[in-house]
Amino acid sequence: MDIPVRYGDYIDWDQLPHLWCPGCGNGIALKGVALALAELNIPLHKLLLATGIGCSGRAGNYVSFHSFDGTHGRTLAFCTGINVTQPDLKIIAFLGDGDCGAIGGNHLLHAARRNLNITVIEINNFNYAMTGGQFSPTTPLSSITSTSRKGKAEYAMDTASLVAEAGANYVASTTVYHTSQLNNFIKEALLTRGFSFVEVMSSCPTYYGRYNHIGDGPEMMKWFKEKTLPRDKYEKLSLEEKQNYIERGKLVQRNREDFLTTYKKRRKK
Amino acid sequence: MEKKKGKFPFIIEERLCKKCGICVSHCPAKVFTAGPGNEPRVTNPRKCTGCNLCFFRCPDFAIQLEVSP
Ligand code: SF4
Ligand code: SF4
Repeated sequence: MDIPVRYGDYIDWDQLPHLWCPGCGNGIALKGVALALAELNIPLHKLLLATGIGCSGRAGNYVSFHSFDGTHGRTLAFCTGINVTQPDLKIIAFLGDGDCGAIGGNHLLHAARRNLNITVIEINNFNYAMTGGQFSPTTPLSSITSTSRKGKAEYAMDTASLVAEAGANYVASTTVYHTSQLNNFIKEALLTRGFSFVEVMSSCPTYYGRYNHIGDGPEMMKWFKEKTLPRDKYEKLSLEEKQNYIERGKLVQRNREDFLTTYKKRRKK
Repeated sequence: MEKKKGKFPFIIEERLCKKCGICVSHCPAKVFTAGPGNEPRVTNPRKCTGCNLCFFRCPDFAIQLEVSP
């Protein structure tokens, strides 16, 4: 994959180094956003990065265009208002697994159902890292976290499938190891009119990696390489084998009319 | 950007590098070796295949294009 040279225009270099730990995947995903924006040549004043709470919530500090921190889980509610009043603004919501799956789960479902013209990048690092590594709804079964010392007893939530079912126009998931897939998914999501969602499984060496004996940044990257399978291969596995892998790939790409377009049509009647 | 085989096309900005080791461990051509403080050193630039993976996977924006944009 080539590098669009102007990706740096979308980054606020004076704010770097960022606060994320060595080997944390947040920066890889944020760079993916900058690369896609540069490739699509979207002007800075047409952009908004909306964030939630947690490690990923700091991303707004490192971009050179508009950004805001929403209250926990409610970022998409703010985005709904912004989308309706400023329809020309490209809204990218950079959220964590808590914001998407837990406290903000309902907002996520209904934003997807309404098919709002928003791109959500979910940084799924399988835990609440900013508060000390507690388990989240997306933490895989049996994982060790600071609130599941003997292994998590609950099954994980698959946010990508939920959003697809709710009605989003574009849904894909991948990891920070698979960067060409990642960068491509982000670009396709940004090109989608209507609700688009990219789940980025991301490394958290400080908590998830350490607690589960996966290791540091490079080891977590290796883990993503070995632990994830493309959707078609994953589907062929037996139910038992499926427990050992996580699927990645595109789930949905369709062209349902977005909320604002439908709304305007109705109003004219 | 045009791909040049056999030439490492990046600079590593020390100020930003957190010495995570991802570039060192995951370069398919083994262009880097880790220094005593785990800092990446470009010791085999001529082996670079121009895949750009180190650039994409550096979480800290430390690996940058030589000609800054
Ligand atoms: S991947 Fe980036 S931050 Fe990590 S060691 Fe290499 S240059 Fe430094
Ligand atoms: S471009 Fe590819 S081959 Fe060259 S140093 Fe980076 S990872 Fe290694």
